[in-house]
Amino acid sequence: MTRQSGTIGIVVFPGSNCEQDVAYSCEQLGIATRYLWHGERDLGGCEALVLPGGFSYGDYLRCGAVARFSPVMEEVIRFAEAGRPVLGICNGFQILTEAHLLPGALIRNAGLKFICRNVALRVEASCDWLGLPQATVLHLPINHGEGNYYCDAATLEGLRDGTVGRVILRFCAEDGADLPEGSAPNGSLDAITGVSNAAGNVFGLMPHPDRAVDPRACHSTDGGAFFTTVLSSFSKVVS
Amino acid sequence: MAQYQIYVTYKQGIFDPAGATAERALQQMEFDEVNSVRIGKYITLEVAGAADAATRARVETMCEKLLANPVIEDFRIEEAQE
Repeated sequence: MTRQSGTIGIVVFPGSNCEQDVAYSCEQLGIATRYLWHGERDLGGCEALVLPGGFSYGDYLRCGAVARFSPVMEEVIRFAEAGRPVLGICNGFQILTEAHLLPGALIRNAGLKFICRNVALRVEASCDWLGLPQATVLHLPINHGEGNYYCDAATLEGLRDGTVGRVILRFCAEDGADLPEGSAPNGSLDAITGVSNAAGNVFGLMPHPDRAVDPRACHSTDGGAFFTTVLSSFSKVVS
Repeated sequence: MAQYQIYVTYKQGIFDPAGATAERALQQMEFDEVNSVRIGKYITLEVAGAADAATRARVETMCEKLLANPVIEDFRIEEAQE
């Protein structure tokens, strides 16, 4: 098996519950990981950081609101502002919006349900974590009650022209076509479910690439690209 | 000691699914006069010091930084009356 150099740090908050999914997926892909506890102030030389899914601090107040002030987040923010790669999955995405590292917010699903199913997604642009061609259709599971992406009109315009960030992933039909307006599974504005910052190093998404790597666990293995892309930029792959 | 009551609500125009669900339920219960339900948060805060402008300014900062998310929420602070 080829092993890529570089270690991905997985930031674990009280109430995170997908850190092992990220670690297991990375292991399957030959990527080294280490856990970084929420109280740490040393990122241990990791080349990239993942904030995993879960219910940090019980989702109390707002999802991600309390985690955003954990000691480790000062270092995460510094790391992100230095242009280093940070990925937030599900609750991790919520934390990154609360930390203002990504534009917008994630509010309660528009319907009445916590949604747990596989969805089709269309790649809208590339970032440090995903280098697939535009319009590629991916399949990943979603698993959330508060994944309804919202931003104001000025921010939406800033996502279109790239000044405040980029839309990286949208919900789409199976063939990659636009969904009818207002029919994103969770009510997300403009069907947005993955956003990067303007520099492209910070990326958050509601779907779970960490649950779509091992073919024994998911019908799709489209999640692998999210973890391998970022490290390939640092490393020569050694066999 | 100063006491404050803080009301945090979704900004106008943001869909509130919890409020919409309660609204539909009330209408199904034949409370036909109900036009709209919006659900928010109510927070009480006790802080050391006098209830003066400086204390209030700090409470506002608490709201802006943690208790409310300015991207989606408005907040209103009221000084609790004895």
